[in-house]
Amino acid sequence: MCTSIVEVVGAEGAGKGDSGWFELTRAVVSYDHPHHALLEDAVIIDFVNPALGPGARVAVELTLRSAKELNGALARAIAAAEGEEKARSRSV
Amino acid sequence: MAYEGMIAETISIDGDKNQPISAYVARPLGPGPFPGMVLMHHAPGWDEWYRETTRKFAHHGYAAISPNLYHRAGEGRSDDVAAKVRAEGGVPDAQVVGDGEGAVAWLRAQPYLNGKVAAFGTCSGGRHTFLLACHSKSIDAACDLWGGRVVMSPEELTPKQPTAPIEFTKNLSCPLLGLFGNEDRAPTPEQVNQHEAELKRHGKQYEFHRYDGAGHGFFYYDRPMYRVEQALDGWQKVFAFLRKHLAA
Repeated sequence: MCTSIVEVVGAEGAGKGDSGWFELTRAVVSYDHPHHALLEDAVIIDFVNPALGPGARVAVELTLRSAKELNGALARAIAAAEGEEKARSRSV
Repeated sequence: MAYEGMIAETISIDGDKNQPISAYVARPLGPGPFPGMVLMHHAPGWDEWYRETTRKFAHHGYAAISPNLYHRAGEGRSDDVAAKVRAEGGVPDAQVVGDGEGAVAWLRAQPYLNGKVAAFGTCSGGRHTFLLACHSKSIDAACDLWGGRVVMSPEELTPKQPTAPIEFTKNLSCPLLGLFGNEDRAPTPEQVNQHEAELKRHGKQYEFHRYDGAGHGFFYYDRPMYRVEQALDGWQKVFAFLRKHLAA
């Protein structure tokens, strides 16, 4: 890698890769050379489970602008979801 | 028409600490003698471009080997393996040097070698080539193509990359060719200048070529960074440098 921009976080959930769904353990966000997107550098997000081998990976390569828009969408969706969860816990 | 042929295949070699690693080799058919090339692959992995380039060197009369520096990350498609290595913070510099030494030793054991070996690498492979040339006494020339992070800030150093390669310049053991794009950000033109100043300071034999209108990875014909004129000139520079330093 030619940049050192790599962020790794734990990820609970599931991802759909080449051979179907698998359990996720980690998400990796980096800014590096993409494999497929026609960009010099891209925001690359890998949802992976290293215990299942390198192929257990769901990958996206985004322009910086797309990554920012995704970041905003995630923040909005999470805020709304937390509102839903709060309302649900009050009604129980 | 003269008969022309080559053999290209994957093999297993002894890498760092005699651990087995995979490698891709290509050479012209016939008894030789051929000069040797070790190809240190780039950050995107031990991929199709590196296999093609290994065969390109064979086409030009070299016995070429590209060790899989990501072998220990497991089997898989090169982009998946490269993603795993990226998440792990890359591969340790010391291990890469050991794997490179293993590839040189494998070449030197072949009966068709002319006794000379050069190393070649692009992107992180350029950085690794420079590191190998500073640690090994067994190569005769080195080609660093836009190797990023030869110059590193203290914040960039990690247990796997504990020393900025530029610190090893005094130990460079062979002539060095460097090709760089003036629009590159890793390395920046300023970092290339810094590296050149260090080579001069230690009286090392080198030639650096800087290309306007090119950034990082300008040889990669399948990427938007490809610059045909600069790439064609760059390949000429590579082969001229190798002819000069790898003749038996």
